[in-house]
Amino acid sequence: MENNQTDLDSIFQALADPTRRAVVQRLGEGSATVSELAAPFQMGLPAFLKHIAVLEAAGLVTSIKVGRVRTCTLEEDKLEAAAGWFQDQREQWKARYEQLDALLDTLKARKKT
Amino acid sequence: MSPALRYDFTPDMESATITMVREFNAPRPLVWECYTTADLLDRWYAPKPLTARTKHLDFRVGGYWLFAMITPEGQEYWSRQDYQAIQPTESITMLDAFSDAEASINPDLPRAVVEMHFAAAEDGCVVTSVTRYPSKDDLQKVIDMGMEAGMASTLERLDELLATLSEKDAQ
Repeated sequence: MENNQTDLDSIFQALADPTRRAVVQRLGEGSATVSELAAPFQMGLPAFLKHIAVLEAAGLVTSIKVGRVRTCTLEEDKLEAAAGWFQDQREQWKARYEQLDALLDTLKARKKT
Repeated sequence: MSPALRYDFTPDMESATITMVREFNAPRPLVWECYTTADLLDRWYAPKPLTARTKHLDFRVGGYWLFAMITPEGQEYWSRQDYQAIQPTESITMLDAFSDAEASINPDLPRAVVEMHFAAAEDGCVVTSVTRYPSKDDLQKVIDMGMEAGMASTLERLDELLATLSEKDAQ
Protein backbone atom coordinates (compact mmCIF):
# COMPACT_ATOMS: atom_id res chain seq x y z
CA MET A 1 0.00 0.00 0.00
CA GLU A 2 1.62 3.28 -1.00
CA ASN A 3 -0.49 5.40 1.31
CA ASN A 4 -1.53 3.87 4.60
CA GLN A 5 -2.35 7.23 6.15
CA THR A 6 -6.03 7.43 5.41
CA ASP A 7 -7.70 10.80 5.53
CA LEU A 8 -10.68 9.72 7.58
CA ASP A 9 -11.84 13.27 7.89
CA SER A 10 -12.50 13.75 4.19
CA ILE A 11 -14.08 10.30 4.01
CA PHE A 12 -16.47 11.07 6.83
CA GLN A 13 -17.31 14.44 5.34
CA ALA A 14 -17.99 12.79 2.01
CA LEU A 15 -20.30 10.32 3.74
CA ALA A 16 -22.08 12.99 5.76
CA ASP A 17 -24.55 13.60 2.91
CA PRO A 18 -27.51 11.27 2.24
CA THR A 19 -27.21 11.50 -1.57
CA ARG A 20 -23.55 10.56 -1.45
CA ARG A 21 -24.25 7.73 0.96
CA ALA A 22 -26.89 6.38 -1.41
CA VAL A 23 -24.41 6.54 -4.28
CA VAL A 24 -21.78 4.68 -2.23
CA GLN A 25 -24.33 2.06 -1.25
CA ARG A 26 -25.36 1.58 -4.89
CA LEU A 27 -21.70 1.30 -5.98
CA GLY A 28 -21.22 -1.36 -3.30
CA GLU A 29 -23.26 -3.59 -5.61
CA GLY A 30 -20.97 -2.89 -8.56
CA SER A 31 -19.79 -0.15 -10.92
CA ALA A 32 -22.39 2.10 -12.56
CA THR A 33 -22.59 4.96 -15.01
CA VAL A 34 -23.28 8.51 -13.84
CA SER A 35 -26.71 8.50 -15.46
CA GLU A 36 -27.63 5.24 -13.73
CA LEU A 37 -26.47 6.67 -10.43
CA ALA A 38 -28.30 9.96 -10.94
CA ALA A 39 -31.59 8.36 -11.97
CA PRO A 40 -33.15 7.98 -8.47
CA PHE A 41 -32.50 11.63 -7.52
CA GLN A 42 -34.57 14.72 -8.20
CA MET A 43 -31.67 16.99 -9.04
CA GLY A 44 -29.98 18.37 -12.11
CA LEU A 45 -26.91 16.68 -13.52
CA PRO A 46 -24.51 19.51 -12.58
CA ALA A 47 -25.60 19.28 -8.91
CA PHE A 48 -25.28 15.51 -9.00
CA LEU A 49 -21.82 15.68 -10.55
CA LYS A 50 -20.70 17.84 -7.62
CA HIS A 51 -21.55 14.99 -5.28
CA ILE A 52 -19.55 12.59 -7.43
CA ALA A 53 -16.64 15.05 -7.34
CA VAL A 54 -16.69 15.10 -3.52
CA LEU A 55 -16.61 11.30 -3.42
CA GLU A 56 -13.72 11.29 -5.90
CA ALA A 57 -11.79 13.90 -3.93
CA ALA A 58 -12.09 11.73 -0.82
CA GLY A 59 -10.74 8.81 -2.82
CA LEU A 60 -13.89 6.77 -2.25
CA VAL A 61 -14.87 6.66 -5.91
CA THR A 62 -12.93 6.61 -9.18
CA SER A 63 -14.38 7.11 -12.62
CA ILE A 64 -13.38 6.62 -16.23
CA LYS A 65 -14.94 8.18 -19.27
CA VAL A 66 -15.35 6.15 -22.43
CA GLY A 67 -16.87 8.16 -25.22
CA ARG A 68 -19.75 10.04 -23.60
CA VAL A 69 -20.27 7.57 -20.78
CA ARG A 70 -18.63 8.02 -17.38
CA THR A 71 -18.50 4.90 -15.21
CA CYS A 72 -17.92 5.08 -11.46
CA THR A 73 -16.33 2.44 -9.23
CA LEU A 74 -16.17 2.20 -5.45
CA GLU A 75 -12.70 2.13 -3.92
CA GLU A 76 -13.40 -0.53 -1.35
CA ASP A 77 -10.01 -0.33 0.38
CA LYS A 78 -10.57 3.31 1.24
CA LEU A 79 -13.94 2.61 2.63
CA GLU A 80 -12.75 -0.29 4.72
CA ALA A 81 -10.04 1.85 6.20
CA ALA A 82 -12.67 4.29 7.43
CA ALA A 83 -15.18 1.75 8.56
CA GLY A 84 -12.74 -0.71 10.03
CA TRP A 85 -11.53 0.91 13.19
CA PHE A 86 -14.85 2.32 14.33
CA GLN A 87 -16.54 -0.95 13.56
CA ASP A 88 -13.94 -2.84 15.59
CA GLN A 89 -14.55 -0.51 18.50
CA ARG A 90 -18.29 -0.90 18.15
CA GLU A 91 -18.01 -4.70 18.12
CA GLN A 92 -15.55 -4.74 21.00
CA TRP A 93 -17.90 -2.73 23.20
CA LYS A 94 -20.88 -4.77 22.08
CA ALA A 95 -19.08 -7.93 23.28
CA ARG A 96 -18.11 -6.26 26.56
CA TYR A 97 -21.63 -5.08 27.24
CA GLU A 98 -23.04 -8.54 26.56
CA GLN A 99 -20.63 -9.96 29.13
CA LEU A 100 -21.76 -7.30 31.56
CA ASP A 101 -25.42 -8.30 30.91
CA ALA A 102 -24.54 -11.88 31.87
CA LEU A 103 -22.65 -10.75 34.97
CA LEU A 104 -25.56 -8.54 36.06
CA ASP A 105 -27.96 -11.47 35.67
CA THR A 106 -25.69 -13.62 37.85
CA LEU A 107 -25.42 -10.93 40.50
CA LYS A 108 -29.19 -10.29 40.49
CA ALA A 109 -29.89 -14.01 40.94
CA ARG A 110 -27.43 -14.19 43.84
CA LYS A 111 -28.98 -11.21 45.63
CA LYS A 112 -32.42 -12.81 45.49
CA THR A 113 -31.33 -16.01 47.25
CA MET B 1 -34.58 -13.62 27.00
CA SER B 2 -35.32 -9.92 27.41
CA PRO B 3 -36.02 -7.74 24.36
CA ALA B 4 -33.01 -6.22 22.64
CA LEU B 5 -31.29 -3.67 24.83
CA ARG B 6 -30.56 -0.30 23.30
CA TYR B 7 -27.02 0.14 22.02
CA ASP B 8 -25.91 3.22 20.09
CA PHE B 9 -22.36 3.78 18.94
CA THR B 10 -21.77 7.14 17.28
CA PRO B 11 -18.34 8.20 16.06
CA ASP B 12 -17.83 11.85 15.19
CA MET B 13 -14.56 12.62 13.48
CA GLU B 14 -15.21 16.38 13.48
CA SER B 15 -15.33 16.66 17.28
CA ALA B 16 -13.00 13.67 17.80
CA THR B 17 -15.55 11.96 20.02
CA ILE B 18 -17.22 8.58 20.29
CA THR B 19 -20.55 8.47 22.08
CA MET B 20 -22.00 5.19 23.32
CA VAL B 21 -25.37 4.64 24.91
CA ARG B 22 -26.21 1.25 26.40
CA GLU B 23 -29.24 0.09 28.33
CA PHE B 24 -29.00 -2.54 31.08
CA ASN B 25 -31.60 -4.74 32.64
CA ALA B 26 -30.40 -4.18 36.20
CA PRO B 27 -30.72 -1.51 38.87
CA ARG B 28 -28.33 1.41 38.68
CA PRO B 29 -26.40 0.64 41.91
CA LEU B 30 -25.58 -2.84 40.63
CA VAL B 31 -24.39 -1.54 37.24
CA TRP B 32 -22.31 1.06 39.08
CA GLU B 33 -20.72 -1.68 41.18
CA CYS B 34 -19.72 -3.56 38.01
CA TYR B 35 -17.95 -0.46 36.68
CA THR B 36 -16.10 0.39 39.88
CA THR B 37 -15.07 -2.89 41.57
CA ALA B 38 -11.90 -4.69 40.47
CA ASP B 39 -13.09 -8.29 40.67
CA LEU B 40 -16.32 -7.43 38.84
CA LEU B 41 -14.56 -5.39 36.14
CA ASP B 42 -12.24 -8.34 35.53
CA ARG B 43 -15.29 -10.48 34.79
CA TRP B 44 -16.65 -8.40 31.92
CA TYR B 45 -14.23 -5.78 30.65
CA ALA B 46 -12.21 -7.87 28.19
CA PRO B 47 -14.08 -8.99 25.07
CA LYS B 48 -13.64 -12.74 24.53
CA PRO B 49 -11.26 -14.44 23.96
CA LEU B 50 -9.28 -11.84 25.93
CA THR B 51 -9.31 -11.75 29.71
CA ALA B 52 -8.95 -8.71 31.97
CA ARG B 53 -6.72 -8.58 35.03
CA THR B 54 -6.63 -5.68 37.47
CA LYS B 55 -3.31 -4.89 39.07
CA HIS B 56 -4.40 -1.80 40.97
CA LEU B 57 -7.71 -0.03 41.49
CA ASP B 58 -8.14 2.93 43.78
CA PHE B 59 -11.61 4.26 43.13
CA ARG B 60 -11.41 7.87 44.26
CA VAL B 61 -10.58 11.19 42.60
CA GLY B 62 -6.83 11.12 42.01
CA GLY B 63 -6.75 7.34 42.10
CA TYR B 64 -6.48 5.07 39.09
CA TRP B 65 -7.29 1.67 37.62
CA LEU B 66 -4.35 -0.25 36.14
CA PHE B 67 -5.29 -3.38 34.24
CA ALA B 68 -4.22 -5.64 31.40
CA MET B 69 -6.20 -7.25 28.65
CA ILE B 70 -4.56 -10.58 27.95
CA THR B 71 -4.76 -12.64 24.77
CA PRO B 72 -5.03 -16.47 24.88
CA GLU B 73 -1.32 -16.51 23.86
CA GLY B 74 -0.45 -14.48 26.95
CA GLN B 75 0.22 -11.12 25.28
CA GLU B 76 -0.67 -8.30 27.72
CA TYR B 77 -2.07 -4.89 26.75
CA TRP B 78 -1.95 -2.48 29.66
CA SER B 79 -4.17 0.53 30.24
CA ARG B 80 -4.40 3.08 32.99
CA GLN B 81 -7.52 5.10 33.75
CA ASP B 82 -7.17 8.03 36.14
CA TYR B 83 -10.32 9.09 37.98
CA GLN B 84 -10.84 12.85 37.70
CA ALA B 85 -14.38 13.24 39.01
CA ILE B 86 -16.79 10.87 40.73
CA GLN B 87 -20.46 11.41 41.57
CA PRO B 88 -21.44 8.16 43.30
CA THR B 89 -23.87 6.03 41.22
CA GLU B 90 -24.28 8.95 38.76
CA SER B 91 -21.13 9.81 36.87
CA ILE B 92 -17.42 9.20 36.44
CA THR B 93 -14.88 11.26 34.49
CA MET B 94 -11.57 9.64 33.79
CA LEU B 95 -8.45 9.98 31.68
CA ASP B 96 -7.74 6.90 29.58
CA ALA B 97 -4.15 6.07 28.61
CA PHE B 98 -1.98 3.33 27.18
CA SER B 99 0.53 2.28 29.83
CA ASP B 100 2.87 -0.52 30.85
CA ALA B 101 2.58 -2.99 33.72
CA GLU B 102 4.21 -0.48 36.08
CA ALA B 103 1.55 2.19 35.37
CA SER B 104 3.95 4.33 33.33
CA ILE B 105 1.95 6.12 30.67
CA ASN B 106 3.10 6.01 27.04
CA PRO B 107 3.64 9.73 26.32
CA ASP B 108 3.61 9.22 22.54
CA LEU B 109 0.00 8.14 22.43
CA PRO B 110 -3.02 10.41 22.93
CA ARG B 111 -5.03 10.25 26.12
CA ALA B 112 -8.79 10.42 25.90
CA VAL B 113 -11.18 11.89 28.46
CA VAL B 114 -14.07 9.53 29.13
CA GLU B 115 -17.25 10.82 30.73
CA MET B 116 -19.76 8.24 31.89
CA HIS B 117 -23.28 8.91 33.08
CA PHE B 118 -25.50 6.35 34.78
CA ALA B 119 -29.22 7.11 34.56
CA ALA B 120 -31.89 5.07 36.31
CA ALA B 121 -34.52 3.91 33.82
CA GLU B 122 -37.88 2.19 34.22
CA ASP B 123 -36.52 -1.34 33.97
CA GLY B 124 -32.90 -0.73 34.73
CA CYS B 125 -30.17 1.68 33.88
CA VAL B 126 -28.82 3.56 30.87
CA VAL B 127 -25.09 4.22 30.66
CA THR B 128 -23.90 7.01 28.36
CA SER B 129 -20.20 7.20 27.73
CA VAL B 130 -18.46 9.94 25.77
CA THR B 131 -14.81 9.41 24.78
CA ARG B 132 -13.15 12.63 23.69
CA TYR B 133 -9.71 12.91 22.11
CA PRO B 134 -7.79 16.20 22.34
CA SER B 135 -7.97 16.70 18.55
CA LYS B 136 -8.89 15.07 15.26
CA ASP B 137 -5.18 14.34 14.71
CA ASP B 138 -5.04 12.46 18.00
CA LEU B 139 -8.03 10.34 17.12
CA GLN B 140 -6.48 9.71 13.69
CA LYS B 141 -3.29 8.57 15.40
CA VAL B 142 -5.14 6.03 17.53
CA ILE B 143 -7.04 4.79 14.46
CA ASP B 144 -3.88 4.44 12.35
CA MET B 145 -2.23 2.53 15.18
CA GLY B 146 -5.21 0.22 15.50
CA MET B 147 -5.27 -0.41 11.76
CA GLU B 148 -1.55 -1.12 11.63
CA ALA B 149 -2.10 -3.73 14.33
CA GLY B 150 -3.78 -5.67 11.55
CA MET B 151 -7.39 -5.61 12.57
CA ALA B 152 -9.71 -7.58 10.38
CA SER B 153 -11.99 -5.57 8.15
CA THR B 154 -14.67 -6.49 5.68
CA LEU B 155 -16.91 -4.64 3.32
CA GLU B 156 -19.89 -5.80 5.36
CA ARG B 157 -18.98 -3.02 7.73
CA LEU B 158 -20.02 -0.50 5.13
CA ASP B 159 -23.68 -1.15 5.75
CA GLU B 160 -23.25 -0.82 9.49
CA LEU B 161 -21.23 2.35 9.17
CA LEU B 162 -23.76 3.91 6.80
CA ALA B 163 -26.56 2.88 9.16
CA THR B 164 -24.75 4.57 12.04
CA LEU B 165 -24.27 7.77 10.06
CA SER B 166 -27.91 7.77 8.89
CA GLU B 167 -29.20 7.37 12.45
CA LYS B 168 -27.20 10.42 13.37
CA ASP B 169 -28.87 12.46 10.61
CA ALA B 170 -32.30 11.36 11.72
CA GLN B 171 -31.81 12.78 15.20
